[in-house]
Amino acid sequence: MEPPRIERAPDGAVALRLPPEEQTLLRGLALELRSGLDSAPDDPSLRRLFPPAYDDEKDERAYRELAADELLDGRRESLDVLAATAANDLLSAAEADSWLRALNDLRLALGTRLDVQEDSLLERLVPDDPAASGLAVYAYLSWLQEQLVEALSP
Amino acid sequence: MYTRAPGWVGVWDGTRLFVTPCANSVSIDPQPAAATDRSSCQVGVGDNQPMASTVAPGEVQVEQPRAVDDFELDRPWIVIVWNDPINLMSYVTLVFQKLFGYSKEKATRLMLQVHNEGKAVVSSGTREKAEHDVSRLHAHGLWATMRQD
Repeated sequence: MEPPRIERAPDGAVALRLPPEEQTLLRGLALELRSGLDSAPDDPSLRRLFPPAYDDEKDERAYRELAADELLDGRRESLDVLAATAANDLLSAAEADSWLRALNDLRLALGTRLDVQEDSLLERLVPDDPAASGLAVYAYLSWLQEQLVEALSP
Repeated sequence: MYTRAPGWVGVWDGTRLFVTPCANSVSIDPQPAAATDRSSCQVGVGDNQPMASTVAPGEVQVEQPRAVDDFELDRPWIVIVWNDPINLMSYVTLVFQKLFGYSKEKATRLMLQVHNEGKAVVSSGTREKAEHDVSRLHAHGLWATMRQD
């Protein structure tokens, strides 16, 4: 079994042990989603990042006006932190928190695009499936996120 | 919710990502170079056990309206988190702990309620508080809505 990529470090920090090719992958994914948020925030695959708060249309419009920019800025910021620190050995508590949200946003965007259902991953991951590479990346991100959650859980 | 990420190992070589579940290798290259037999793969043993179907009822007790319309404005707003196939169970538990200061037990109970029953009331209060909680849950990618109880 591979050693964990992410482990708890003192003072809320998190130690990273990512091979260079995984650092490159993470930086690339973060930049890709970042540019997607900039150029096409209304893309259907990104809709899952901005769920409605209210059933009522008028209330929902008001909520959007109030919260949408802040939510979008927060997502950009956490993706930027992921891209900028992907090659680090150590993440501060604040950086680790950004990773937590950025990895989750990547999984939400990719999972929505791939129409991932609960625990259907293994059945669908066959090498000649056109979605296989996307599903493999999704599985990798899930594996990484699980380690980060464990490292940050009180 | 996605119960748990299995024991995957992904390696990116710049053009292709190779992912290894358990002991076997799966190449996702169109011309696979590695064995693809996953039959012996015991993914998630110990982690994917069916969860107990009996969960304690939601912890958040909301006050019932006192029968007359005069009290309309007193009725609390409730924040509901809905199940989705992507968010990891461990992640949802951590978010409940982090945002609401819930104990691990309470956060886990609410997460299981979302998972098993499709939704759970995770907080309640004034409209402003509920909206604040919903937006923080949205910032963490959880599918949350609010309504007056």
